[in-house]
Amino acid sequence: MRTLYHFHGGVHPPSNKTQSTRLAIAPAPLPSRLIVPLHQHAGETAKPVVQAGDHVLKGQLIGMPDGFVSSAVHAPTSGTIAAIDMQLIAHPSGLPNLCATLIPDGKDEWIELEPVKNYRDHSTTELQHLLRMAGVVGLGGAAFPSDIKLRLGKQKIKTLILNGAECEPYITCDDMLMRERAAEIVQGAEILRFMLDADEVLYGVEDNKPEAIAALQQAITASGSALQQSKRHEVVAIPTIYPGGSAKQLIRVLTGLEVPSGKLPTDIGVQCFNVATAYTVHRALAHGEPLLSRIVTVAGNVREARNYEALIGTPIDELVALSEALPDTNGYIMGGPMMGFALPGMSGPGPAVHVPMVKATNCIIVSSEKLFPPPPPAMPCIRCTRCVEVCPADLQPQDLFWFAQSKEFGRAQTFSLFDCIECGACSYVCPSHIPLVQYYRFAKSEIRAREHDKQLADQARDRHEFHEQRIEREKREKAEKLAAKEKAAQAAKLAAQPLTAEQQAELANLATSREHIRELAQSAVEHTTENTGAN
Amino acid sequence: MFFSPFISKSEGVAAIMLKVLLALLPGISLYVWYFGPAILVSIALASITALATEAAMLKLRKRPIAPFLKDNSALLTAWLLALSIPPLAPWWMVVVGTAFAIAIAKHLYGGLGSNMFNPAMVGYAVLIISFPMQMTHWLAPQGLVLAELSFAQQLQYIFSGVLPNGLTLDAITMATPLDTLKTHLHLDESVQQILNMPIYGQIGGHGSEMVAWGFLFGGLYLLASRIISWHIPFTYLGTLFVIAWIFHLADPTHYVAPLFHWFSGAAILGAFFILTDPVSSPTTNKGRLIYAAGAALLTYLIRTFGGFPDGVAFATLLMNICVPLIVLYTQPKVFGKKDGGKKDDQP
Repeated sequence: MRTLYHFHGGVHPPSNKTQSTRLAIAPAPLPSRLIVPLHQHAGETAKPVVQAGDHVLKGQLIGMPDGFVSSAVHAPTSGTIAAIDMQLIAHPSGLPNLCATLIPDGKDEWIELEPVKNYRDHSTTELQHLLRMAGVVGLGGAAFPSDIKLRLGKQKIKTLILNGAECEPYITCDDMLMRERAAEIVQGAEILRFMLDADEVLYGVEDNKPEAIAALQQAITASGSALQQSKRHEVVAIPTIYPGGSAKQLIRVLTGLEVPSGKLPTDIGVQCFNVATAYTVHRALAHGEPLLSRIVTVAGNVREARNYEALIGTPIDELVALSEALPDTNGYIMGGPMMGFALPGMSGPGPAVHVPMVKATNCIIVSSEKLFPPPPPAMPCIRCTRCVEVCPADLQPQDLFWFAQSKEFGRAQTFSLFDCIECGACSYVCPSHIPLVQYYRFAKSEIRAREHDKQLADQARDRHEFHEQRIEREKREKAEKLAAKEKAAQAAKLAAQPLTAEQQAELANLATSREHIRELAQSAVEHTTENTGAN
Repeated sequence: MFFSPFISKSEGVAAIMLKVLLALLPGISLYVWYFGPAILVSIALASITALATEAAMLKLRKRPIAPFLKDNSALLTAWLLALSIPPLAPWWMVVVGTAFAIAIAKHLYGGLGSNMFNPAMVGYAVLIISFPMQMTHWLAPQGLVLAELSFAQQLQYIFSGVLPNGLTLDAITMATPLDTLKTHLHLDESVQQILNMPIYGQIGGHGSEMVAWGFLFGGLYLLASRIISWHIPFTYLGTLFVIAWIFHLADPTHYVAPLFHWFSGAAILGAFFILTDPVSSPTTNKGRLIYAAGAALLTYLIRTFGGFPDGVAFATLLMNICVPLIVLYTQPKVFGKKDGGKKDDQP
């Protein structure tokens, strides 16, 4: 038995997972249209490389990675690009973003695929590039481009962790993927291990998923000879506790190590990928398929909760229709009930907006007032420290709340605001029903905005100081010229007087440079006027 | 639509306060059993005053009245204060103490969650400083004094200050066991002699030790239902025990045994119900240990060497002052900012 470690806090919300694990993953039918956002990943928006009216094939590149942290976006099926414009996307801000709208032609006609025969023949850099161009991003929710996580500096990776914890209630997409496609996950994991040159691969799966654990173990045994040549793969059942699937907490449970504040897991020799990401890596390299679809759980206030394999860009209302939302539906939540967000344009009166699912969409929870009753009005904090007891980051949430509320952002930072992982455990247990996480999000965004403003101010100050220096220099030059002018005037005065022979001789000398002096004086006057005018 | 998390397992502030009130019931029942129902009158009087003051202050502060009246926090202050003062205290004392606790100690500091001092203990301090004589007239346990008042006579005394013909206050009241001990020690009697007086029971005062058992039972319920953590009550009682034990070992004729300190006065009530007030106590576990140990030390010093009959209230208030400092210096290490990592808390 492997020694497991413990992290502070955590909660046990009702899991509500069995509803969506009764049925196998179903392929979602081709939707009437696909809205593919060009910014579905952390980092820069992909640059569109197709135009409205273009015919595209399934898997064809429509968005080129733009910048270091960016990823490619592809046509999920064959059809015609109807528009490239701003559309409402699944983002908490409710702001629109650049999207390609694709009308499928129904043929689902692929581009010519170029699978990698044996990835071990390729350099890591080549493989990274292939993954980047295949649009592979983390499918656990953050959608961080995977190729960047595989780019190492000098660090030696000891442990590769495959995150199959899936600790959020309702979500079962990873569970079902592990049950049904464990072999491909294991192969993807071995590719990642190869690229990182890691010593061991640990699959962290919460012990409420015995089928998934068994499936992974079987897949590892089945591919035994291939894996034994390389390094050890081990499935580890970890205790079911939220947020056990948060990368830092999972690393702690499996290795006993804490990722130091402000550092990356690679700094302590660990790297972490979601199991679905490993699956996608395998598809991208062994089959040459870019990331076009993913497994998504549809659960909550529906007739039949289920997991679907759906194309990226599928309008969420079409996806939900497959599970039949019940009449008292009042909105959709993307993600889990602890960290997800209410989708814009999906609640309230008026026509529903066709917000599309993206690479990060692991779950759509159909909500109703009965399922998620609005919280009672918040009461003052009574410092009961239930939030402290459950905080997996060992923070003092009640103090951070106080600082955020009174806008003491400096103190909030001193009290490690940025170590908060926004898991929501504190809000979940707060007897005063204070939306604590919302306060932390507010404080963080305010601090980031201020830091941005400060940068701008610093730049402006530098410019100003430079300007001041220039004025100072010009003043000095002006004064020098004025002095010269005065000298010239004195000389003229001398000329007006009856002259001695000596003086005449001196004057003759001076005359030669008079022209020059006049020029100088003239320019000084001009300069003065110019400056006065300017000031 | 609201923000994540969309689910909550919170019972609410009112439910927590209600559980604390319920946890007081065993102690109150035993109080009534041994000392008669007068305490219920004090509790009722304090409750009405607390709710009325709370409503008035909320209105003055332009805050919503209904949600705060329903949070049960004012009731808790009222009950704790009523349990800290003599049951036969005149009605206006209960009213003044409670109104001061709610209006000054709670609302002038910002209301629920913002008071630096435990309001009930502030109310108690005001009363014992302003009306020291009335605060020493405790009802004697039933069967210990010659004359006993009927409930109607008790009511009459509380509201009009009139005793039945021929009775003096001294005939029906007495000093508390702690107070009696202190007075007689000054008269150079030994602890052993003093404890033979009928006012004393098995461990502490006759009757009052049983009430303490009631509060202990309620306190353990609070622990079991995780409304309070062990840090404050265990550290407080443990420290009190150790200090009393050291003195007792050194000189048993002058220093009473540790268990007497536990079961006399407000030690148990303080350990589980007063010092644990979340608002006015530290938020860090290490801070709670320091806070409770400090309170225990002060309790012992005030009881043994001070001028007041009991030390729990002043110990609480003095430690309340230290809370911000204690919290500042006992901040736990944040995840990822610990040294080592692997060494600590392996399950």
